[in-house]
Amino acid sequence: AYVPSPGDGAAKKVTLIPGDGVGPELCDKAVVPLIEALGAPIEWERFDDISGANEHGEPHEEVPAHVVESIRRNHVCLKGVLYTPLSKTNTSTQSLNVQLRKQLDLSVNLIHGFSIPGIKTRFDDIDIVVIRENTEGEYSGLEHEVVPGVVESLKVITEKKSLRTAEYAFEFAFLNSRKSVTAVHKANIMKVGDGEFLKACRTVAERYPSINYNEMIVDNTCMQLVSRPHQFDVMVTPNLYGNLVCNIVAGLCGGVGLCPGSNIGDGVAVFEQGARHVAKDLTGSGMGNPTALLLSAVMMLRHVKLYNFSDKLEEAIMQVYEDADMTKLPRDVGGTANTETFTNAVASKLS
Amino acid sequence: GVRAMSSSGGPVTATLFPGDGIGPEIAGAVRAVFEAAGAAIRWEEQVVGSEVDARTNSMVTRENLDSVLKNKIGLKGPMMTPVGKGFRSLNLTLRKELGLYANVRPCLSIPGYKTRYDGVNLVTVRENTEGEYSGLEHEVVPGVVESLKVITRDASKRIAEFAFKYANDNHRKKVSAIHKANIMKKADGLFIECCREVSEVYPDIVYEELIVDNACMQLVRDPTQFDVLVMPNLYGDIISDLCAGLIGGLGLTPSGNIGKGGLALMEAVHGTAPDIAGQDKANPTALLMSGVMMLRHLGMREVAEKIEAATLATIAEGKYRTGDLGGTATCSDFTKSICDKIK
Ligand SMILES: Nc1ncnc2c1ncn2[C@@H]1O[C@H](COP(=O)(O)OP(=O)(O)OP(=O)(O)O)[C@@H](O)[C@H]1O
Ligand SMILES: Nc1ncnc2c1ncn2[C@@H]1O[C@H](COP(=O)(O)OP(=O)(O)OP(=O)(O)O)[C@@H](O)[C@H]1O
Ligand SMILES: [Mg+2]
Ligand SMILES: [Mg+2]
Repeated sequence: AYVPSPGDGAAKKVTLIPGDGVGPELCDKAVVPLIEALGAPIEWERFDDISGANEHGEPHEEVPAHVVESIRRNHVCLKGVLYTPLSKTNTSTQSLNVQLRKQLDLSVNLIHGFSIPGIKTRFDDIDIVVIRENTEGEYSGLEHEVVPGVVESLKVITEKKSLRTAEYAFEFAFLNSRKSVTAVHKANIMKVGDGEFLKACRTVAERYPSINYNEMIVDNTCMQLVSRPHQFDVMVTPNLYGNLVCNIVAGLCGGVGLCPGSNIGDGVAVFEQGARHVAKDLTGSGMGNPTALLLSAVMMLRHVKLYNFSDKLEEAIMQVYEDADMTKLPRDVGGTANTETFTNAVASKLS
Repeated sequence: GVRAMSSSGGPVTATLFPGDGIGPEIAGAVRAVFEAAGAAIRWEEQVVGSEVDARTNSMVTRENLDSVLKNKIGLKGPMMTPVGKGFRSLNLTLRKELGLYANVRPCLSIPGYKTRYDGVNLVTVRENTEGEYSGLEHEVVPGVVESLKVITRDASKRIAEFAFKYANDNHRKKVSAIHKANIMKKADGLFIECCREVSEVYPDIVYEELIVDNACMQLVRDPTQFDVLVMPNLYGDIISDLCAGLIGGLGLTPSGNIGKGGLALMEAVHGTAPDIAGQDKANPTALLMSGVMMLRHLGMREVAEKIEAATLATIAEGKYRTGDLGGTATCSDFTKSICDKIK
């Protein structure tokens, strides 16, 4: 049995940012009602009015301070994706998603890609966790036009963030009985930058002799992922490579609607779908697949030690997939259900 | 095509680097198949030096470079990259000296050779001179490193023009520009701006833009939705290998490097495979298909198609497959089967 400390059962406040695209529908039609149906002691502090773009389709300058404050206070947040408009005139304001991660120093991103029994994909039994640096590298936002027609963009790699990412990857592997960690890099070309990242990985690897450590160049990694994905267990990557790797992993496992993820900082965690897309094409259709966000909520429940509730929700979701009743499964996995129908199927497994 | 034939109407002279390891064997296979098909090519064989040539600061000699510069067309087998300090790598020397700014890789599912993906028929076009490969890096203070990515209008425009012209010449329908302009707004923003400008010159070709992460995800879900993809250096490096993975790996993927004035050096991008070198076990498909690209580039479409069809038919038939494709045939058997089909 899980032995709680007195007070562990008190309601936990969690910041909820539905975001843009399908986010609000997935929250309204799936996450909120299912957490309610579970009876989990979660109290949402919800912010509906933040969006990546203003009414003219231009980027918002920043994440409202009271939202950042709420996350700092609650330590935990569940989030949809904020849309990043490609503005012609404003090329200096950073994506709000990136700004939020930087402000909260959420330097590690975790994505779990695994095959869900009941979904037909090209590969079975994939189980890959990607640990990605989440705030620096190619996402520095430092760019300028040197002379007309020549642009420089800075990639920044620091020892501190590299070590933090590597440490998280190995600690995760150790605590979850994972066998190997693969560092993904392009140090043959970016010898100094990616070299710094590799150095951090090697340093930490030495402290975990029981975990098998190896390194792979990013282009080869992507080729290997689509031909022999089972060789991978935990992967650790700088920012951009992680973005690509986790989208490949999500694609292999059946799509971005399925893989959960989270962003972790010091005492703060923000949970959101692993491959972050706003799904503008699905907005308002009621057809989005809430699984990735729901499984992120499962991770969140486990993170706040509500194990009983996390397990129940996860089992209910998995049972719906195992039944393989296509009228109850969302469209992106070949079914015909909308968000609501799928949610009702999960709810029926809870009782 | 750049030129239909040599001006005299006689055979075109092409530089051939057999390369190292399995290189000479697979280059031999290409020669045999080209001869059987009656391809109007006269090979000018070139061997890379075993010592650094002071005139090029590389193992690539001045004569090697002059041969390609003169012929404007070449085919290259795999080469062992010697590790050493103070001289330039083979690839870098060739790329710089020959001005090879575009890397092109057609990826075609081989009928009869089963992978997890069917019906792939796409072409990746990679900008090959700048971007993340600038080599400009430094440690600002201990533990803080900056690497520069450089995107220029000239190079972006040039690669976009190449991609659209390639699409047009090869009867392709769609060009997808791959970028990360939601994050690198200025750098990748400039890249897609250039692609967009060029797309307007080709109203019959569908143009779309995709964020690189979404492109990776879409490629592993349904690669058949893609046709021609054009991208900056690093994304091109990654996505071209990803696509090779979809169809069975580098042993089957041809590649071409294009330079100024239509100069082209086609190459097999796989390694020298020292473990099977000299044993007549190598699969010559990648080099052969690179040769097919070369013929197409020269406008010799008929003979290109003949060779391609015979190669695909031999693999599909399954009687003579090399070890990497799960068969037991020798390189010579495989080659002979292709030649027999051509005749
Ligand atoms: N929750 C979801 N359920 C089902 N499909 C989804 C979901 N989220 C995203 N998708 C799909 O993933 C694809 C990519 O999403 P989206 O359209 O947001 O990408 P994008 O805007 O090109 O990329 P980015 O979000 O990085 O800016 C779309 O086809 C969308 O339908
Ligand atoms: N575009 C390029 N810019 C700079 N150097 C390059 C480039 N391509 C290759 N090189 C050189 O060749 C060497 C081989 O590197 P690598 O095999 O990683 O090349 P790559 O970028 O993956 O290209 P590809 O996969 O097309 O061969 C590098 O160390 C580098 O010196
Ligand atoms: Mg390479
Ligand atoms: Mg490569």
